[in-house]
Amino acid sequence: MIVFDGVTKRYPGGTVAVDNLSLVAPNGKITVLVGPSGCGKTTSLRMVNRMIRPTSGTITLDGRDTARMKESDLRRGMGYVIQHAGLFPHRTVLENIGTVPRLLGWDRRRTDARAHELMEQVGLDEVFASRYPSQLSGGQQQRVGVARALAADPPVLLMDEPFSAVDPVVREQLQDEFLRLQDELGKTILFVTHDIDEAIKLGDQIAVLRVGGVLAQLADPAYLLNHPVDDFVADFVGRDRGYRALSFQPTPRLPLRPERTLLIGETTQGVAQDWALVVDDANHPLGWVEPRRVTGEIRSEMLHRGGTVARASGPLRGALDAALSSPSRRGVIVDDSGSLVGTVQAHEVLNAIEEAARPEVADPTNPGAPAR
Amino acid sequence: MTWFLDHVQDVLDLAVQHVYLAGLPLVIGLLLALPLGWLARRYPGLYTPFTAGFGLLYTIPSLALFILLPGILGTRILDRSNVLVAMTVYTVALLVRTVADALGAVPDDVKQAATAMGFTRFRRFFAVELPLAVPVIAAGMRVAAVSNVSIVSVAAVIGIPQLGLLFTDGFARSFYDPIVVGLAACFVLALAFDLVILAVARLLTPWQRAGGAS
Ligand SMILES: Nc1ncnc2c1ncn2[C@@H]1O[C@H](COP(=O)(O)OP(=O)(O)O)[C@@H](O)[C@H]1O
Ligand SMILES: [Mg+2]
Repeated sequence: MIVFDGVTKRYPGGTVAVDNLSLVAPNGKITVLVGPSGCGKTTSLRMVNRMIRPTSGTITLDGRDTARMKESDLRRGMGYVIQHAGLFPHRTVLENIGTVPRLLGWDRRRTDARAHELMEQVGLDEVFASRYPSQLSGGQQQRVGVARALAADPPVLLMDEPFSAVDPVVREQLQDEFLRLQDELGKTILFVTHDIDEAIKLGDQIAVLRVGGVLAQLADPAYLLNHPVDDFVADFVGRDRGYRALSFQPTPRLPLRPERTLLIGETTQGVAQDWALVVDDANHPLGWVEPRRVTGEIRSEMLHRGGTVARASGPLRGALDAALSSPSRRGVIVDDSGSLVGTVQAHEVLNAIEEAARPEVADPTNPGAPAR
Repeated sequence: MTWFLDHVQDVLDLAVQHVYLAGLPLVIGLLLALPLGWLARRYPGLYTPFTAGFGLLYTIPSLALFILLPGILGTRILDRSNVLVAMTVYTVALLVRTVADALGAVPDDVKQAATAMGFTRFRRFFAVELPLAVPVIAAGMRVAAVSNVSIVSVAAVIGIPQLGLLFTDGFARSFYDPIVVGLAACFVLALAFDLVILAVARLLTPWQRAGGAS
């Protein structure tokens, strides 16, 4: 558990980067610091491992004052990942990953074994082991960065915009894998980003900072979307926050309709609907066809693949999006194995939303508190 | 040509002296320039006085230095250590700025990452900053090597044996063969220094030849 207690950082020259920050980052959880550029996120993060010293206030790690710990010991016990990975250009992937174990005095063999294990864990092929960072793509470098931070199995990870410099597709992939990894590892993570979507996707709790380094709100993602504490947070969270909040609302039982399905290679004779759903042998949806436009057998390239597919057990946002994006206006709903269970229309999803319990109202005595 | 064939052994002996007088200061100068360059980076206020100040040493005429040093060091005029010291001064003059700039060119995020992982300042210097500074330092060393090979020959005027003696000898006898041989030998030596420095730098920087992202 990392506890900020009244932490202020005033740089020489007078800039107050962080102003009286009090915050608890619970063990095993991802705490995201989010806010516009220059609001003191990096400064806050670097005060945890004392690369920057607080002007006043204390930061404790599991009850121990970090100011009293030996800096190099403190740092070797915390993984650190930065934007462009900051890999050592003169060291191979394997050597980069083994950096902290070597600093801790592990022998070569044990370090290398651990590095190989981590490469597998972060999804890096063995062939990269002997490559140098310049021979990797941005996404691969970032994986090495994560592996390097995890090498000595530190309980704490500090991450400063680790996925900001890669393209959106790779970023999403890295985020998903990061969440999967965290499910396995349960680290105490302090994660900095300027991207509210990333914060909402990754955070167990989110601390929104405003310029001047003041904590504006600390809440879990659903609570933040439903109850921004003021105009600044509301603005920062974004205009479509009502829609995005549906990401955190489980789908209730929807009035699903059975759907007439076809297989690739079948003909559409005798199918009366405007649109028909094509599935594979395992009943996994593939796409829609317009039967009256199909002459002969259905082929893969005829399929309209624009519609999204929602899991019945997923959040409401998925079900609504499936309905909105479907060319037939019927949203495709599948079970956890990906098999078709039926379709639903947008107004039916909206009814379900209307009937669902309203999001809780803010506790007027403690507006920043996470909803529980 | 016949003169050269008659004096191969003499020329070789002089060349060995030349390598010693130009090469040893190159190594000592580098060892001195490393901490000086590091200080110039560590304390930004020192950068200008250090780089400009040490750079100025290079403008001292070599003959003046050869003659003044015995007085300063308490050595005798014919002592080879005068030449070694003088050449070390020139090497340091050239390399302090090189080292400071080479260290300054190490990417900041790499240094920050090293610190964040728990490298002490001392360890970070040897494990991260110095290896990454090698290409730039090597470039500076090549300049210093050529400069040393050329300046050392002036020591012939005060009678220290090395290839420069061929010039004074040829001049005194108005006989051009030794001068031509001396020039050629200096050229070959400079080239040899250059190749050795290049080879060492290549050995130290395998990462530089690992092409871009595939
Ligand atoms: N070393 C420094 N010296 C002076 N001011 C700094 C320094 N580092 C950051 N700042 C200032 O502190 C504020 C917060 O910076 P930072 O923590 O990097 O913000 P963020 O990471 O949220 O973009 C900014 O106004 C920035 O200009
Ligand atoms: Mg920052």
